[in-house]
Amino acid sequence: MIPPGGPLIVSALLFTIGVVGVLVRRNAIVIFMSVELMLNAGNLAFISFAYALHSLDGQVVVFFVMAVAAAEVAVGLAIIVNLFRLRESVFVDEINLLKG
Amino acid sequence: MIEALFVGFGAAALVSALLVILHRNPVTSALFLVVAFCSLAGIYLLLHAEFVGMVQVIVYAGAIMVLFLFVIMYLNLGQDREGGAATVLRRMIGWLVGALVAVQAALLFAGHWAMGPVSGAPETGLGNTQALGQTLYTRYLFPFEITSLVLLVAMVGAIVISKGRGSRPAPGASAPAERPPRLEPGDRAAPPDGASS
Repeated sequence: MIPPGGPLIVSALLFTIGVVGVLVRRNAIVIFMSVELMLNAGNLAFISFAYALHSLDGQVVVFFVMAVAAAEVAVGLAIIVNLFRLRESVFVDEINLLKG
Repeated sequence: MIEALFVGFGAAALVSALLVILHRNPVTSALFLVVAFCSLAGIYLLLHAEFVGMVQVIVYAGAIMVLFLFVIMYLNLGQDREGGAATVLRRMIGWLVGALVAVQAALLFAGHWAMGPVSGAPETGLGNTQALGQTLYTRYLFPFEITSLVLLVAMVGAIVISKGRGSRPAPGASAPAERPPRLEPGDRAAPPDGASS
């Protein structure tokens, strides 16, 4: 029997690692992977609450989160490929098309 | 036994997640992300979410990471070039904000919080997949259908974005007639002839 606090601590640490990855790296694809890490931390929290409450609703929400994450990855990677064609770079500090 | 497995999977997930954000090479980061997702799938199995664990392996570690690796290799990215004062400043700010988030999580865990009354799903004797399917197709039917719409819109959007406006031909799609006429091997011998004299 795993205490439900254990997975929640892992989830909080994973979310923290994702936040640091988004802020520290400048490669857009690695930033995207950090966003995926944060989504997975949220999924883990949902699963551990579903486990603690003996409920299935958390797992259903995780299912929806996975579908949205797949859609997000497809669109985001298409944007990154298009940006690379335009600027020959995937580094977010060199992509400043909207700078006034 | 289960506790030891949980500690092992959790440590593997955390260490490989750290390596994802610390490694310079994007391909290595992606492979460590696969390890992190598989460890998370193990944790899901320990938490009696068998279907979600399998979907995690198939969708995340399979489909999504293949998409990531495909794009990384298509763009031919090497090691990240990092350096300079801006990088140091950004790293300091990043780790500072990360520490702030961790402290906030620790404060939340230290505070008193209760789970609330456990309603407890009725034990139907069904397996996890069967019970999840029944919940998904009865109570969550409308969100489920909306999800299919989200996937359709994302598919169309990704195709439209990556296709471009048509002014710029996709790599490898340019017709041979548009290329400048290629030099014949015999033409290349002519310029050195005049330069040598």
